[in-house]
Amino acid sequence: MKAKLLQGNEAIVEGALAAGCRFFAGYPITPSTEIAEGLALRLPQVGGVFIQMEDELASMGAIIGASLAGAKSMTATSGPGFSLMQENIGFASEAEIPCVVVNIMRGGPSTGLPTSPSQGDVMQSRWGTHGDHPIIVLSPSTVMECFHITVKAFNFSEKYRTPVIILGDEVIAHMREKVELPNPEGLEIIDRIKPTMPPEWYIPYENNARGVPAMASFGSGYRYHVTGLIHDVRGFPTSRPDEIEPFMHRLIQKIEKNLKDIQIVDPFMVEDAEITIVAYGCVARSAKRAVIDARKRGIKAGLLRLVTLWPFPRVYVEKVAEQSKVIIVPEMNMGQISREVKRVNEGRSRVITLNKVDSNIITPQEVFKKIREVL
Amino acid sequence: MPDITKLIHNYLRHDKKFPHVWCPGCGNGIVLGSLIRAIDNIGLSKDDVVLVSGIGCSGRMPVYVDFNTLHTTHGRALTFATGIKLANPKLNVIVVMGDGDATAIGGNHFIHAARRNIDLTAIIINNNIYGMTGGQYSPTTPYGKRATTAPYNNIEHSFKIAELAICAGAVFVGRGTVYHTRLLDELIEKAILKKGFGVVEIVSHCPVQYGKLNKLGTAVDMMKWQKDNAIRVEKAKKMTKDELEGKIVIGILADKELPIYQDEYEKIWEKAGAKKIAQEGK
Repeated sequence: MKAKLLQGNEAIVEGALAAGCRFFAGYPITPSTEIAEGLALRLPQVGGVFIQMEDELASMGAIIGASLAGAKSMTATSGPGFSLMQENIGFASEAEIPCVVVNIMRGGPSTGLPTSPSQGDVMQSRWGTHGDHPIIVLSPSTVMECFHITVKAFNFSEKYRTPVIILGDEVIAHMREKVELPNPEGLEIIDRIKPTMPPEWYIPYENNARGVPAMASFGSGYRYHVTGLIHDVRGFPTSRPDEIEPFMHRLIQKIEKNLKDIQIVDPFMVEDAEITIVAYGCVARSAKRAVIDARKRGIKAGLLRLVTLWPFPRVYVEKVAEQSKVIIVPEMNMGQISREVKRVNEGRSRVITLNKVDSNIITPQEVFKKIREVL
Repeated sequence: MPDITKLIHNYLRHDKKFPHVWCPGCGNGIVLGSLIRAIDNIGLSKDDVVLVSGIGCSGRMPVYVDFNTLHTTHGRALTFATGIKLANPKLNVIVVMGDGDATAIGGNHFIHAARRNIDLTAIIINNNIYGMTGGQYSPTTPYGKRATTAPYNNIEHSFKIAELAICAGAVFVGRGTVYHTRLLDELIEKAILKKGFGVVEIVSHCPVQYGKLNKLGTAVDMMKWQKDNAIRVEKAKKMTKDELEGKIVIGILADKELPIYQDEYEKIWEKAGAKKIAQEGK
């Protein structure tokens, strides 16, 4: 254990290195730039490669290419850059190329508020690229969690052959906290499964028990085709309905069948809570403080902090909806996760939103005030 | 077995994904033939060749050949290739693009790839039109010519791809046509062997779109035009600007030495104190 005073962006850098990231391509953008700067310094020390590309479209393309050649790869960006990455995030999802994309949310839309926090990209992180596609989105609330979530993101991307989005916010990215970086030996690191059969037997997109085909690196003797077109089990383009449907189903099912593994929540005093707050990212910190204050006053409040935002952790939210009288969803947007909460609530509980888009963080006092209001 | 059959059996996925999607008379097959002959002549192992493409008619080329093949998004082929090459420098990464792919939607990536000097080979098939979508004008459709999106005529001025590559810093730039196939074999071979970013612009023809819209005749007529209007660079040097108007200058247009990105990165590793870590097969 090494204790350090780090900001969220720096913890993401350390997490990436610990997870085995050896390739980063990016383009400068506030408030994520420290991740690129950190990896420009640190990657060459471990024999990895950092490259600054001409834009975010290129950054996304480069990390997919590197991943195909066998390297664990990552990029980092913010709002406008994340919009540009959507095209190739779709490619990574469709062609099942593991990679990690960090989006440190800032105020939007458009150029928006470059140095101010926001949580406005929750829906974009799920549906930003076109077409039905699987995606995993994780949201950290502390600097220490930035480290662990980055390791987790790489593990998920390798295990399920999918892009994983780390959806941070400006507060967590730039805030400094004491972190204790774990020894690398103690970390669970997952690497993609590679084919072991003779190359002539290798069927690159063949379904298996896991629903995740083994992935050969380019140059390892397994010559195969990778495309953004819907493809058959050999990777070749197809327009046959009987090949399209199983492909699309496997793509979605490989995530849907593993929700227990992927969906992470952090419940705090929810066991007997009558008022439950559902929050994520920096807002979850304010919410936690408000819950503590409420409990001091005898109010049965609790917090269900969402670490996994997508696939939306439905079963956990259903559980609190079942037992709580009220669910409060504070968010730094006009209501994005709250729509999901309402959707799965199905009338079980009252769902109250608390939205703020004035560039300031939602404070514990504001959450507490809301708790008092709904009592 | 005749040589051509040997090449087909060795390099094409002949038992998998044929017939191909290209129209009768298309130049893309000639380019593919040249590419295979160049690779065969150099003697590269198929396991060490990566063929990357973007979107469009040229984008379908990788599916037919037995290399590591990657069909990317529109205009982005060079960015994927950049990641592949830097993650595994022992691979020979060849990128095939069309004129719209490389110089419209991918124009930014193209000039920056040339500037960076990563050891890649870019093959750009220039048929002056968007063929797959049905004949819209591209950045290389000549001024005054017709396209489905320029039904009166094209009022934009076209890029000269090879000259653009030279200005952007590419260390090797050649231009050929699909008529001059021996030259094409030679240009592609040299571009692959060149340490650094090599570009080959290939003047081709699209008889079903560009040719038809501009009444240029059959594929044979269009190739005859290439024959009649191509001037070897050595001869072109002795000609005036007026004499060269409307002609295609073919041959090696630029060949210079610059340190390649990967060699420069080795120095970064040294400065950073990296232990020698093999990049292979991770």
